[in-house]
Amino acid sequence: MDESRRPDAAGMVIAAVLMLIALVVFWDTNSLQLATTYGIGPKAMPYVIAFGLAALAVGNFWLAWQGDFPDRESLDPTAIALILGGLAALIAIIGLGGGFIPATAILFAATATAFGRRAIVTDLIIGAILGIAVFLLFDKLLTLSLPAGPIERLL
Amino acid sequence: MDAFNALLHGLSIATQPWNLLYALVGVLLGTAVGVLPGIGPALTVALLLPITFKLDPGGSLIMFAGIYYGGMYGGSTTSILINTPGESASMVTALEGNKMAKAGRGGPALATAAIGSFVAGTIATLGIVFLAPWLVNIAVNFGPEDYFALMCVAFVTVSATFGDSPVRGLTSLFIGLALGLVGIDKLTGQARLAFGVPDLLDGVEVTTLAVGLFALGEALFVASRRHLVEEKLEAVRGSLWMTAQDWKRSFWPWIRGTLFGFPIGALPAGGAEIPTFLSYSTEKRLAKHPEEFGHGAIEGVAGPEAANNASAAGTLVPLLTLGLPTSATAAMMLAGFQQYGLNPGPLLFAERPDLVWGLIASLFIANTMLLVLNLPLVGLWVRLLSIPQPWLYAGILVFATMGTIAAKPSVVELSMLAAFGVMGFVMRRFDYPVAPVVVGLILGPVAEAQLRRALQISLGDPMVLLQSPMSATLLGIALLALIAPFVLKGMSRFKANEG
Repeated sequence: MDESRRPDAAGMVIAAVLMLIALVVFWDTNSLQLATTYGIGPKAMPYVIAFGLAALAVGNFWLAWQGDFPDRESLDPTAIALILGGLAALIAIIGLGGGFIPATAILFAATATAFGRRAIVTDLIIGAILGIAVFLLFDKLLTLSLPAGPIERLL
Repeated sequence: MDAFNALLHGLSIATQPWNLLYALVGVLLGTAVGVLPGIGPALTVALLLPITFKLDPGGSLIMFAGIYYGGMYGGSTTSILINTPGESASMVTALEGNKMAKAGRGGPALATAAIGSFVAGTIATLGIVFLAPWLVNIAVNFGPEDYFALMCVAFVTVSATFGDSPVRGLTSLFIGLALGLVGIDKLTGQARLAFGVPDLLDGVEVTTLAVGLFALGEALFVASRRHLVEEKLEAVRGSLWMTAQDWKRSFWPWIRGTLFGFPIGALPAGGAEIPTFLSYSTEKRLAKHPEEFGHGAIEGVAGPEAANNASAAGTLVPLLTLGLPTSATAAMMLAGFQQYGLNPGPLLFAERPDLVWGLIASLFIANTMLLVLNLPLVGLWVRLLSIPQPWLYAGILVFATMGTIAAKPSVVELSMLAAFGVMGFVMRRFDYPVAPVVVGLILGPVAEAQLRRALQISLGDPMVLLQSPMSATLLGIALLALIAPFVLKGMSRFKANEG
């Protein structure tokens, strides 16, 4: 009982982030230059939302201070790092023009590893096959364009 | 009788071969994603939005509705056979359903869930047919101030009823509202919160947010706590068929579940969880053998399953007549309408009756397809659950990112997707409800536009909000709904005890 009533540090970080968002919205709205119109202009709503977010930041801080945040189970940081790493690789490959298929293959393998598989080469191949199938289906059948790299141009 | 004629006309549209095919694809996809853990109907519609952009609007919407209904069916299968509900609305079903499956009565549990869903879906869809034209007649007189007030009600109820704490729900809502500000203001052309990034001028894409929150957030969450849970699939043993006794015990719970589900779904109160909880506790109280509850009472499956399907149908009433989404899936369907430049509401009933009534009529067809397909195919659906979890989630992430890559292959858009994924993970871990973010993003700009239009007409006089009786009443309801949870703090405890 005493354990769960302690101030919750993670909850306070969340409250701080909310306050930061509120300040950003406020600052951005404040820097808008515009002529006055009838009724309310584009500034009113952002101010209301910034105010609401600031109030909720205080509310969340209060919950965290009282230890009223939900209990959390232990988490596996490697799994999260693997998935986020896979996403980062995907973004980098797409951004550098590497194409859809290698990006997909790496994301697939990284996620499968995060969920406990230990067969990276097999999963890379499965991911690549999936990527090729999706690419052909979309590019040829539905005529939606997916980013093409060296491999895609061969297909 | 107008509604009846309109429905007949709708049926003639819904039974055209292409539309039947769309409905079939919808219910099959919906059932599959309902069965699979990690993807629900809201995410599926979000993933399909960029792909269906070029398809026929009527057909795509029929497909989305099929996904919605199918997802509700599929969720029950997972709840009954493994104790992890695919959908939050099926949480209650797992209580008794999984016990029945463990006792070798998985067949009758699946059957009562499927037949109950059919009964509830059919009655509730009839409810739409008769309620929608009536609401449209009222809504046609709504001014912008009334719409603004109505959206305030939706904001409050959506964030206060999803999740247990109003502070957490409102936090989610305001994050969504803040995201809705990003981009060029439609009335003045001013760029807000774009920070000079060209990609942000168009605003935050609903699909990017939804896919990030639902798919990436869920995958990160499940991966992070994979070491804690162990899932066990119960085989379907014994007969699939219900005995005469089972029918007798299921019938009234189906009807009562429908009566809970439809009105609560139709009110802008949102959420299928509340009617399922209500139905469960009512059946427990009324049952002849209350001691069976907790050990696999069929009433505890029949009632909540009917309730969650009826509430899914109920949420379509405010969606179609007022453009108000009260669940995550309804919010994604609204995004679906918007991508074709269609705005649900009274005007849509007048301008595109073929589309609206074709959609409503197709709900009956989808419902019947689900009943016919689901019981015989249950073995096939169960086999979906044997896809190894690593490949399942890896596949989900590939399809999730693919939607964004196809729509906007930019580093900024993909980084936003990843950031929303992290946000979804944090929200799940700290028990913030996810749906209000999506509702806030979609409805926020609409509410702002209505408010500013109202104040432009009144030359800036804010009293216009209180002079319209409708708007004043609705704002009063919104205020009450906002304050009530803080006053009745015991509500959340009540809910926890019922579970």
